[in-house]
Amino acid sequence: MEKRIRVLVAKPGLDGHDRGAKVVARALRDAGFEVIYTGLRQTPEQIVEAALQEDVAVIALSLLSGAHNHLFPRIVELCRQKDMSDVLIVGGGVIPDTDIPGLKAAGVAEVFTPGTTTSAIIEFIQTNVK
Amino acid sequence: MNIVEQVLAGSKRALARAITAVENEYDEAVEIMQQLYPHTGRAHVIGITGPPGAGKSTLTDKLTKEYRRQGKTVGIIAVDPTSPFSGGAILGDRIRMNELTLDEGVFIRSMGTRGSLGGLSRKTAEAVKIMDAAGKDIVFIETVGVGQSEVDVIKAADTTIVVLVPGLGDDIQAIKAGILEIADIFAINKADREGVERLNTEIEMMLELNQTRVDWRPPVKRTVASLGEGITELLVAVEEHISYLQKSDQLSMRRTKRTQNELMALLDEQIGRYILKNITSSGEFTAVVAAVERRERDPYSVVANLLRQVLR
Repeated sequence: MEKRIRVLVAKPGLDGHDRGAKVVARALRDAGFEVIYTGLRQTPEQIVEAALQEDVAVIALSLLSGAHNHLFPRIVELCRQKDMSDVLIVGGGVIPDTDIPGLKAAGVAEVFTPGTTTSAIIEFIQTNVK
Repeated sequence: MNIVEQVLAGSKRALARAITAVENEYDEAVEIMQQLYPHTGRAHVIGITGPPGAGKSTLTDKLTKEYRRQGKTVGIIAVDPTSPFSGGAILGDRIRMNELTLDEGVFIRSMGTRGSLGGLSRKTAEAVKIMDAAGKDIVFIETVGVGQSEVDVIKAADTTIVVLVPGLGDDIQAIKAGILEIADIFAINKADREGVERLNTEIEMMLELNQTRVDWRPPVKRTVASLGEGITELLVAVEEHISYLQKSDQLSMRRTKRTQNELMALLDEQIGRYILKNITSSGEFTAVVAAVERRERDPYSVVANLLRQVLR
């Protein structure tokens, strides 16, 4: 049985819009990934704990509430604390360009903004997953 | 500490990694299972099966909370279908179990079927053993949403709950063979809906026609999982089933049967792998395939010949 890339698709924080997350989840599925979808309104602690139990290689965060500067780095930090630094963390949503360098410096591998194709996301994950 | 020692010591990270190793058939998987095996056989394994949307995940969530109130630790394996086209999957059972994520006494793992057709994945039984060895008192197996004939869960579970909902079909559905035969307990979920009386009667009548298994008549319990109704009663039925299994010789009979099945499946797998490696990937085999295709040879005598090679 060949290895399948497992991805946790999560919506952190108070944000009820999951169309984007579902589109990405579906595209990843069609690309042969195993996608664990946890639903809306997850705390960083819940997301990282689910990632640990599911032993995923990737956490894909979708966030449209504007709280990315707070929540994304918190998730990266919790992964570090749990010895999960090898997990690839990517984010997406309505995120201002000016915030992206800061998120990357905090340990988010890539940030996908509106207009990104799903194939670009898939390619990035396939290239960068450990 | 190696991974096995960590699993036994209760490390969640090690538990997660061990399941991955087994699921992906990493080289170390066999050794992990060899070393964990002596520590298995303690957990009570409960299978939850039923059609898509019947409420299996919500019911598992509620039953788990009840067990946690009793101080028991719980492992959950939630199986969802793998796409036959892309090999990918969306595993969404955690959505109904989010409140359990941060409970230290609960471990949830989602698995894709990866080509298996019986309602479980090929490695579900191994994942159960790993959770068992990690000290979980109860292990739930939640199958994919099943139709009528995906019955693999009884091979892995001590107690099987079949979850049904009112309004899915007429009474002939209830006397067909298949999943209705594997229930140790029936749960009629969404029991606040119309048609619950009729479904209940139909199941009871089906059970009435049952000539065999007179020593345990599967009880029919009504639940509204989303509201937490009927959960305590369902759990009482599970406990009664456990004590029935222990008092009769059923538990040991089931487990003997399971061990037998597992050994046969392992043998089957190893022989299959041997054939794949030594026979079907050879150039000779390609030539034989072509000969069969041209009708110069027939598949039956070819297989008989190959088998003689293997058993030589």
